[in-house]
Amino acid sequence: MKYTEEHEWLRVEGDVVVVGITEHASEQLGDIVFVELPEEGTAVTKDEEVVVIESVKAASDILAPLDGEIVEVNDVLADNPSLVNDDPLGEGWFFKMKIEDLSALDELMDEAAYKAFVG
Amino acid sequence: MTELKKTPLFELHGELGARMVPFAGYEMPVQYALGVMQEHNWTREKAGLFDVSHMGQLLLSPKEGNVADVALALETLVPVDIAGLGQGRQRYGFFTNDKGGILDDLMIANRGDHLFVVVNAACKDADEAHLRAAIGDRVKVEVADRALLALQGPLAEEVFKRIVPEAAEMRFMDVIVAGSEFGELWISRSGYTGEDGYEISVANDQAAALTRALLAFDEVEAIGLGARDSLRLEAGLCLYGHDIDEGTTPIEASLLWAIQKARRSGGAREGGFKGSDVILGQIADGASRARVGLLPEGRAPMREGTPIFDSAEGGAQIGVVTSGAFGPTIGRPMSMGYVAKDFTSKGTTVWGEVRGKRLPAVIADLPFRPSQFKK
Repeated sequence: MKYTEEHEWLRVEGDVVVVGITEHASEQLGDIVFVELPEEGTAVTKDEEVVVIESVKAASDILAPLDGEIVEVNDVLADNPSLVNDDPLGEGWFFKMKIEDLSALDELMDEAAYKAFVG
Repeated sequence: MTELKKTPLFELHGELGARMVPFAGYEMPVQYALGVMQEHNWTREKAGLFDVSHMGQLLLSPKEGNVADVALALETLVPVDIAGLGQGRQRYGFFTNDKGGILDDLMIANRGDHLFVVVNAACKDADEAHLRAAIGDRVKVEVADRALLALQGPLAEEVFKRIVPEAAEMRFMDVIVAGSEFGELWISRSGYTGEDGYEISVANDQAAALTRALLAFDEVEAIGLGARDSLRLEAGLCLYGHDIDEGTTPIEASLLWAIQKARRSGGAREGGFKGSDVILGQIADGASRARVGLLPEGRAPMREGTPIFDSAEGGAQIGVVTSGAFGPTIGRPMSMGYVAKDFTSKGTTVWGEVRGKRLPAVIADLPFRPSQFKK
């Protein structure tokens, strides 16, 4: 598992990367009431806004962690956004993306580094 | 930046694990461990306890004469029938300005030989100055430096009568002063959540003890400002500075119901308040816009500032959202805002622009959820 400073996690599954937000982020955001996901097949560049999540408090953007193509989105979240709170590392994933060069993941934080980052 | 003020319950909020935020110059709990959604639901199902000690509590008493003189003086600032407010009763009202805009909204109670008013935290210093300047020659204005709690929800009566038995006999908008083991309590059967319940003014040095006693009951949880906001929005109630302000009149704000017949044209004490020409004119001729409820058709909340259009593409902007959130009890997003008069009918479809996309919403009745007051 790899982590970004935007509190996303990335997990490699075969030739795609699954992306979601961390428990820390889901706690900070509070109860999530709406998730807007990108279209499958969208090409994205790093730091582009790809997902909008709204909690009871405010709207937040989720940025693309790396360059790549969105190949699958977690449609279940449209009707059940609270999955992001209930199971952020599992059923609350946002999208899967295909990345040209998986070595780009090496630049991201590992779990120990992320834990130090959030303090 | 000036330092944030603290309520007498500040330390207790810390013990309870509150997340504190700045609000109207105070450091206030936005949520506790339950989180906003569960705190909202708890209040709808059981009894929620809110610290609203940041709000202003003022006593208005006559320099000469009796409470009727105070009522008539206050009627020059508030377009509400205060002279007709019975002893032991409370009423909603608002201070207006010369343009008919709203300076603040408030609760006014007749306590026999004086009036007791509760005003918004952000406006309380200005309200006090306004009262002193306008009616200070006739009315003694005193700040009651006390804590204020709100106990709200269907089990509020069941819980609170264990501390103040006579509270069970109160009807919606009754006020009493009652002795208790926490000293003298000033109690009204009211609140701002759409639930039955009480607002309880208590001496600062008794506030934490009363709060602990209430929280000791299984039916009661501490509730933060986050849930207070979604509760009041489901109940269709205005938040000052958002849904109403100096630029909105009571008529535009759909608050005509709060201006009793005695103060309208042809009434026993018609007009005589600031901005009465504008407000009585709008009662006669209508206003160009009105505050309405809006139910977005999808799940995306339309938050404060969302522009409202008359069509899905192109067209004209016909309004703006002033409050918007997800309504946990109604299970969908909800908003309030102002729209031009031709778009105020229930069922009219309008479009809110969220992140560059026009999304449909339907004009809806307020409150979004029927209120549960004790008749």
